[in-house]
Formats: sequence, structure tokens, C-alpha cells
Amino acid sequence: MSPIIIAIIIVASIGLIAGLGLAIASIVMAVPVDEKAEKIRECLPGANCGACGFSGCDGYAAALSKGETTDTALCAPGGSDVSKQIAEITGLAAGDVAQKAAIVLCQGSCGNCDTKLEYEGVHSCSMAQQLFGGPKKCQYGCIGFGDCINVCPYDAIRICDGVARIDPTMCRACGMCVKACPKHLIELLPTHQSKAAVLCKNGDKGAMTRKECKTGCIGCMKCAKTCEYGAVTVEGNKAHVDYDKCTGCGKCTEVCPVKCITLINLGESEYEAE
Amino acid sequence: MKLFSILLMAMLTQNFVLAKFLGICPFLGVSKKTKTATGMGLAVIFVMVLATAVTFPINLLLVKNGLEYLQTIVFILVIAALVQLVEIVLKKYMPPLYNSLGIYLPLITTNCAVLGVVLLNIDNGYNFAESMVNSLGGGIGFLIAMVMFSGVRERMESSDVPESLKGLPITLVAAALVSMSFLGFAGLVENLFGV
Repeated sequence: MSPIIIAIIIVASIGLIAGLGLAIASIVMAVPVDEKAEKIRECLPGANCGACGFSGCDGYAAALSKGETTDTALCAPGGSDVSKQIAEITGLAAGDVAQKAAIVLCQGSCGNCDTKLEYEGVHSCSMAQQLFGGPKKCQYGCIGFGDCINVCPYDAIRICDGVARIDPTMCRACGMCVKACPKHLIELLPTHQSKAAVLCKNGDKGAMTRKECKTGCIGCMKCAKTCEYGAVTVEGNKAHVDYDKCTGCGKCTEVCPVKCITLINLGESEYEAE
Repeated sequence: MKLFSILLMAMLTQNFVLAKFLGICPFLGVSKKTKTATGMGLAVIFVMVLATAVTFPINLLLVKNGLEYLQTIVFILVIAALVQLVEIVLKKYMPPLYNSLGIYLPLITTNCAVLGVVLLNIDNGYNFAESMVNSLGGGIGFLIAMVMFSGVRERMESSDVPESLKGLPITLVAAALVSMSFLGFAGLVENLFGV
């Protein structure tokens, strides 16, 4: 027999054995795929943001399919539509997901808040935070190095004039930026509703705040006294709005001497930094 | 003693990534985080040892028929099939291990470091035990290189890199420096064991 034929036979038989072995193995050891979970997974947005409280979209789909959770309304990015789709697949009740969007509660742009030091380190908020609380005079304000931008899976955040701004039409309320902000400045607000929001987290006393930022909350209590619904409270030298109680009448915004409390309607009208 | 010197040589002086420049693709691709680098390294150790165990008898078959020139293609075939088989078995019987190694296994299927180690075993004329030890050492060396380099890259994330060098260029520069540092091991094994 010529060597070439032996070569062909040997390689072909090795290939055949390997191929058959794989084919048999894949049949014998086939793992039943959870079809329900796969279907649910297809409905989910796939950002793996963790807003549902599971390890990602796969985790949530598996939990739903196995009945570990019956709540179909946990996916904030997907909203009510996804909840409906999941309900159709699983036969569970569809839930209403309150539409929310994230907002940065700071107006300390370059014109409003001066810097106290020249920062030349790593371009990261959490790093700058460790050095005297960042380069801005106000130690509560947005550093503007964009840690939130880095974690946003939907590319909804931009730095405008030294402060992070979130586009409410792009935001899917996954809450990644809320966790990433070292100053805890980002909150989730209901969209398509007029709400008063305090765009400041400064906890210093009024006189100090005035020196640090032009639009910092000085804790003057005017908003709290004006509010007819008891939605605005002042704690720790800064105002706070209870969004459940707030009706969006806007009276508090009229009396604020530093204009840090503003009526905001996320998703309806673009709000701009002062 | 010979086995131990082979092990040390494969790990340090003849490191597959840093001295022989095999498996550069996963070395640059999966070394961004220490965790993934470790997973990839462990998977490579596993596949290297397994591939050696399987290809050694096949090589004997080839040599017997005078078909040494078919080594490369047959080994690629066998290793690819083997890795697929391992993936199926792991998926069935060891889901946690599959979840941690699974995504790296297909990457290794045609990894030149794995193919390299089985071919070099033959070139060096190692017997079965020596081949196995060489593969184990090669795998551990790969793991060492991956983990070390992922540490370097994690530090690089937070350093101020010149604009023109950002990304892959600085990674290659760093890889070259790490590789050069491994030259420090040159002669170590020879002097230790007098090989």
C-alpha cells in the first residue's frame, strides 16, 4: 500500500473517531436547556445592570423560570413592556414598572463653584474623592470626572460644564451610576411627572455654603415653610423633597433664594444646568 | 531530578509566553483582569496536560507508520475534538467548573501554546512522564505570565499614559518589559541541576 493511502486512512479514521465520539457525547450528555428561561432572557434588555437584584439578565431569567421569584416587574430598564412579555411566557401577573430616570443633584458647574486645588491625578471621581474630597470647593458636589459615565451601559451621561448630566430619554434607571457616584449625588426620579428636586447635597452651614457655591442649598427653610403638603424638609442644612408627597405645584421653587430647588419633569422637558 | 528540572525550565526559563512567544493572543486578550486571567491560565494547564496525554500515543502511531509530517494537522484535529469533548463533559457533570472555565475552553481549542507544547515534547524527545511534566510546567508558566501581566495591566489602567501609546501599544511595551524580566531566570535551571 502506498504511504499516501496509509496517511489518508489514518487521518480519516482519527477524524471519524473524534467526530463520532463528539456526536455520541453530545447526545448522551446533552443538558436539557431551560426553554422558558431562554425565552425570558430574550425579552430582557441584556444590559446585565443588576437593577433586578439578580446576577444579571441570565440570573433573573433563571430565577423567574424556576419560580424563585414571581415578580415580573423587577426589570427597571425594560419597564412595563418587558414585564408584560415575561407575564405572557410565565403565566404570572404583569406588574407596573414605575418609569424612572436618574438625575444628578448638583449644579456646581464651573461658573457656580470654584476649585480649591489643582488636581493632576488619575481622572476618576473615586480617586479624586480621596484627596480632600476632590478639586472643587464644595466637598459635596459633582467632581465631574465621569465615574458615572464609565458605568452607564446606555451612554446616557455627559459632563456639561464640569458637572455630570443625564439624558432622561436615554436613561433606563438601572441605577449603576447611583452606586458609582462617590458623592451619592445621583437619584432615581419618576419620569413624566412634575416634581420639585433639590439640586444640591451640600450639608455645610449656610454661610459656608455661600462661599463654596452660588447655587448651594443654604438650609434657609423657606421651601419647607412654603410647601403645603409637607413634602419638603430641611435636615442637616439641606432641603430634601419627598417625591411621593410632592405634587409639583412649584411654590417652593419661587421662594428659594439660591434657585437650587427646581421643578423637574424628566423625559418631558429638557432641564438645563443653571 | 530530571523531571523537576524540566518542570522549572518549562515554568521559568522556557516560559511559553514570555520566552517562546506562544499563546500571545490570549495573553493580550484575556489579561485585563486578574480574575479572568486566572481562569484562562487554569484552563490552559488543564488542556495542555490532557492534550499531551492524548497526543503522545497518537504520535507513536504516526511514527510507526512513518507519518511524522502529519503531526501538526493531526494534533490540531485531536486537540480541537478533545476540548469540545471536555466542554460537553464539564457542562453535564460539573456545571460550576463549566461556568468558570467554559468560556475559555473554546478559546484554547486552537491556541498555539497548547499545540506548541505537544510538538515541542516530541522535538525534545521526551518520554511520557517527561512530556506530562513539561506540559504541566508550561501550563503553570502560562498561568504565572497571565496573572503577573494582568497585575501590570490593572496598574496601567490608573496611570497616565501618553496619548499616542494608549491601548495596545503600551500593552505591548509592558509585555516586552515583563518578558525581559524573565530573562533574569536564564541559566537558573542549568546551574541548579547541572543539566
